[in-house]
Amino acid sequence: MTSPENGERMIDEGSPVVGPSLEPWEVFRREKEGDPMRHGGSVMAPDAVLALHYAREMFGRRQESVHLWVVRRNDIHDLADPDLLDPPLDRSFKKPGGYVMRDKLAAARERSGQAKPKARDSKAGDTKARSAKPRPAKADER
Amino acid sequence: MTDPLSLDPILEPHERGRLPFNEDLPHDERFEHFEAHVIAGGKIEASDWMPDEYRTGVLRFVEMHANSELMGVLPEREWLMRAPTLRRKLALTAKVQDEVGHAQLLYRVAEDLGKPREAMFDDLLAGKTKFHNVFHYPTKTWADIGVIAWLVDAAAIVAQQALRDSSYAPYARTMKKICWEESVHIMHGRDVVVTLVTGTDQQRAMLQEALDRWWGPLMQMHGPRSPREKDRDLHWRIKAKTSEELRQEFLTIYVPRILELGLTLPDPELRRDDATGDWSYTEPDWQELRTVVTNHGPKSEERLEFRRVSREETRWVRESILRAPAPEAAA
Repeated sequence: MTSPENGERMIDEGSPVVGPSLEPWEVFRREKEGDPMRHGGSVMAPDAVLALHYAREMFGRRQESVHLWVVRRNDIHDLADPDLLDPPLDRSFKKPGGYVMRDKLAAARERSGQAKPKARDSKAGDTKARSAKPRPAKADER
Repeated sequence: MTDPLSLDPILEPHERGRLPFNEDLPHDERFEHFEAHVIAGGKIEASDWMPDEYRTGVLRFVEMHANSELMGVLPEREWLMRAPTLRRKLALTAKVQDEVGHAQLLYRVAEDLGKPREAMFDDLLAGKTKFHNVFHYPTKTWADIGVIAWLVDAAAIVAQQALRDSSYAPYARTMKKICWEESVHIMHGRDVVVTLVTGTDQQRAMLQEALDRWWGPLMQMHGPRSPREKDRDLHWRIKAKTSEELRQEFLTIYVPRILELGLTLPDPELRRDDATGDWSYTEPDWQELRTVVTNHGPKSEERLEFRRVSREETRWVRESILRAPAPEAAA
């Protein structure tokens, strides 16, 4: 097979590139319906069309993705500043685990004269109450 | 709104999260922070600062792996048109496609460390970088395809599973995807082997002959023993296990699976110590390994030449991609 004329020169002499150059595109994939898009890897391509072709070959050839995105790496804005994301301050009040009340709860129950209910019973009760709540019928949504 | 990126740091470097080596500090201080982070099991991303020794170490490792995936399809390619059934041909074609796909993923990881793909191909074809010993040998019969897909891939996956925990996170993530695909290849290979074992006497003999031929290269594949403390790839947690640990793991899993098929292994010294669980074996031929991986194996030159020719034949595709006007400009 012959190479197109001037092909060699274009690459070797570093003359100005006429077309686009290859650049990294990040690939995101949805594994199955309802899943979030997750980062899969990246491909090198000159444009979005070819990036999608490569993404399909790399991340979708054995039915492991139902949806693919490609994003030019240079178009991604990132933030990783620990001043903003990971300051050494106690943020436990922002998380459910930051509230430990077992002992206080036991004291409160003792004070009110109620025996501690069995954990399983109380949970079952909660679930029942919640599921008994009327849900909007599908017909209503339409 | 203030652009969060324009704020001056309020924390001292040592307080700024777990990655102080990304801060503007003197090199040696960065190096110490980096080393402590990696040794404690921390992960490194392509955008993180890294010492030159780490960057070149990861690059060399990943590049050799990518080369092996790319060259590793050539022995199997020889059997695409000779596969015994349509289903075998489909499976082998898919495997070849997977391995080239792995090469693509791995070259991408290596490119992000700073070496262009064309430079990696140049070095591979010039013999400056290597590929795994097992891909320098001929495939004589269809049984070779079963042995390669089952046992060469199994020996490789033992190493690759340990790499899913590499300190270099882009490599570790890629290995998760690759291991998942390799597990299919092993099933395909084992199925070929079990089919031949349950076939005619001639098929069984063909398989035994292939196994006898491949056992030497398989035992050499993970490399000679080397002291853990001298291995820089282990120090940087680029890899997790020594060559001997990988070989022992391979033997522990696969020797029983080979023997249960009524096959024999061509090493009279091969046995497992019941007390320690360690395998002893005849010392592999390390001179053969050195000869083969420096491209003096029986098929080294032929396979590199195949790559040279196909690279030239496809040059026009890469060039036309670079020459095509951008879609925006064309519109």
